[in-house]
Amino acid sequence: MTTVYTLTIDGRDVAGSEGQTVMEVAEENGIAIPGLCHLEGVHDRGACRLCMVEIAGSPKLAAACMTTIAEGMEVTAHSEQLLEYRRAVTEMMFMERNHVCAVCVANNHCELQDTAAALGLTHFDLPRISPKVDIDASHRLFAIDHNRCILCLRCVRVCDEIEGAHTWDIMHRGLETRVQTDMGIPWGESTTCTSCGKCVQVCPTGALFEKGRPVAGGSKTKRPFLPWLKVVQEERGL
Amino acid sequence: MSRPRIATVWLDGCSGCHMSFLDLDERLLDIFERADLVYSPIVDVKEFPEDVDVCLVEGAVSSEEDLHRIRMVRERSKTIVAFGDCAVTSNVPGMRNPIGVPPLLDRAYRENVSLNPQVPTQVVPRLLPTSQPVHRFVDVDVFLPGCPPHADLIHTLLDDLLAGRVPDVSGSRFGR
Ligand code: SF4
Ligand code: SF4
Ligand code: SF4
Ligand code: FES
Repeated sequence: MTTVYTLTIDGRDVAGSEGQTVMEVAEENGIAIPGLCHLEGVHDRGACRLCMVEIAGSPKLAAACMTTIAEGMEVTAHSEQLLEYRRAVTEMMFMERNHVCAVCVANNHCELQDTAAALGLTHFDLPRISPKVDIDASHRLFAIDHNRCILCLRCVRVCDEIEGAHTWDIMHRGLETRVQTDMGIPWGESTTCTSCGKCVQVCPTGALFEKGRPVAGGSKTKRPFLPWLKVVQEERGL
Repeated sequence: MSRPRIATVWLDGCSGCHMSFLDLDERLLDIFERADLVYSPIVDVKEFPEDVDVCLVEGAVSSEEDLHRIRMVRERSKTIVAFGDCAVTSNVPGMRNPIGVPPLLDRAYRENVSLNPQVPTQVVPRLLPTSQPVHRFVDVDVFLPGCPPHADLIHTLLDDLLAGRVPDVSGSRFGR
């Protein structure tokens, strides 16, 4: 028997089962908490820090996607202060790389763009770093433009947990952090990639895309296919 | 009260934001019933005038000329609107930033040229080391992102400013 906990999110009484995260319970109750790395069907990683919430009695903010619920928890998911933090986090994602929406394959289909609009972010106060960043177009079907990567690590998790290939991983640290294929060799030379395209489908930005797509032509599947694949995996005992 | 004076300037942008401004169509008549267009690429005035109430600035600040102009615009305008993604983020003009000016000019004027390759030094203004958003150099009062911002948003913005309201830019977003 699963234990049911009751808690409040933004003053609303909600309930969830033991082991569920604040993010999951909020989603089930129609409370939208912004997040760019959370993806139903793969494990949470707490990479983007957009889902930070306040928990009564705790001096620190907590990532809603990484925090499991407890009885009597009082969660604040929306406040002026949190909005400011979320704007700052989003701004840093834009400034760390080179986002040029006007010429991006994901223009209009981009979760980062959507997030900025939802948070009312109209400009950036931080100076541009304008780093020189690579594009790897060596794969037959797909390409990665690191200029647009926000290091959400969805690609890493889907390739490992769903496809079972573990082609993607991360290398370096800080501003130099990059996702990489097979120990840093060009994607096209990867011996583990099955060319399934899952990483491309789950990438929230225009970083991963199908070759040959025009500007703003990078529409990704809106159907949540991962939870379904997960069920199939489990039923087959994979 | 004298009629409000509106100006628009075009720095390093593609003129797309001005095209979107023209897409206000008949709503332009409504705006200019209430205000005057005193300077713009689409009117024949050579000098940016004094005492401008609202100036829409399209484009990033990329050259010494842009910098000179935006400083003058700031001095002579009450309200400056960073108009479109190039003015707000430096957008496409900023794509050269990671490359640097000398390799950029070499690529454009020497490497890909067969006849008399040379970097132009006369008449054209010198490029700044990087292309930057307007608010890196002068204070900006309103940001209207979009590539280009939709005509409806421009209309709401001007309508709000002319009525003395804080402009509502809530439908705006980067790109699109
Ligand atoms: S990834 Fe999104 S935010 Fe970045 S340039 Fe592309 S559309 Fe714009
Ligand atoms: S295409 Fe499939 S196997 Fe290849 S890197 Fe992406 S998720 Fe992994
Ligand atoms: S490539 Fe896409 S999915 Fe992978 S970390 Fe970057 S933004 Fe996330
Ligand atoms: S969604 Fe929680 S850290 Fe990204």
